Amino acid sequence: MDSFTPIPAAIGGTLIGLSAALLWLGNGRIAGISGIFGQLLPPASTVIWRLLFLVALVAGTFLAAALFPSLGRPATLVEAPRWFAGGTPLWIGIAGLLTGFGTKIGNGCTSGHGVCGLARLSPRSFTAVGVFFLVAILTVTLTGIV
Amino acid sequence: MNSKSTSLPYLAVAVLAGLLFGVGLYVSGMVNPLKVLRFLDFAAIPTGGWDPSLAFVMIPAVIVMFVAVRIGRRRQAPVFASAFHEPEFNRIDAPLVAGAAFFGIGWGMSGICPGPAISLIAFWPSYLPIYLLALFVGSYGGSIIIPSGRDKRLALAK
Repeated sequence: MDSFTPIPAAIGGTLIGLSAALLWLGNGRIAGISGIFGQLLPPASTVIWRLLFLVALVAGTFLAAALFPSLGRPATLVEAPRWFAGGTPLWIGIAGLLTGFGTKIGNGCTSGHGVCGLARLSPRSFTAVGVFFLVAILTVTLTGIV
Repeated sequence: MNSKSTSLPYLAVAVLAGLLFGVGLYVSGMVNPLKVLRFLDFAAIPTGGWDPSLAFVMIPAVIVMFVAVRIGRRRQAPVFASAFHEPEFNRIDAPLVAGAAFFGIGWGMSGICPGPAISLIAFWPSYLPIYLLALFVGSYGGSIIIPSGRDKRLALAK
């Protein structure tokens, strides 16, 4: 339990909520990262704000890490479980493919469905969040990755 | 509407929102894939190894956004655009459920979802480029199979 950090978690969550609130009330846009990322190519008219948002997201993380280094720098991705013969790069690639494909056809991820959709009381988002949390918990348990 | 999406205040809001999101992800600890996996590891609850932090991120985020949505419902339009882009496709269909399940597998395998994946660019850990490329390819593949947009989705559902 030494890793449980409720106060930074709640502060960070509030900031994420404020980000979503700002983008919604300012520009009428859902702060869904998979959607913002997945629509970077077409249609061209919305590419500028999407790109700026994502660049600022990276910059915000970088700045916060410089200001609050004690919160810990996440230097590495997790390694593939030992039973998987294909190695970590393949494991990470499969995870990325499934996440990209799944969030595209399911129209959202932890931010779009999880934060914005639940806040909008969207039945689609409640369904998606229930499914992806349940499946993710099962995946962690069955693969023994932790 | 599209001309507004390149106005200076609109783009400034996008930058500020991106910064807040990036700071929030770092401060919350959710950029750390292992920390996310320790939340998803419900099997560790009996042994005391479970990390409930992710719930403490989600709850205030949803509450703040819930208030914003309520405020938005009393307005005709957002401040810097002519309309709220509220998703109008309301059917709970197979692509939604299957997509969420695929995403759940990918999330559980890596502890990474799209937001933290982008914010991790700030640290550029090993294998992140592989993940980002795969994320893009997967997303592109999905867009070929399932068209985006309400009208196309409704047409497909018929």
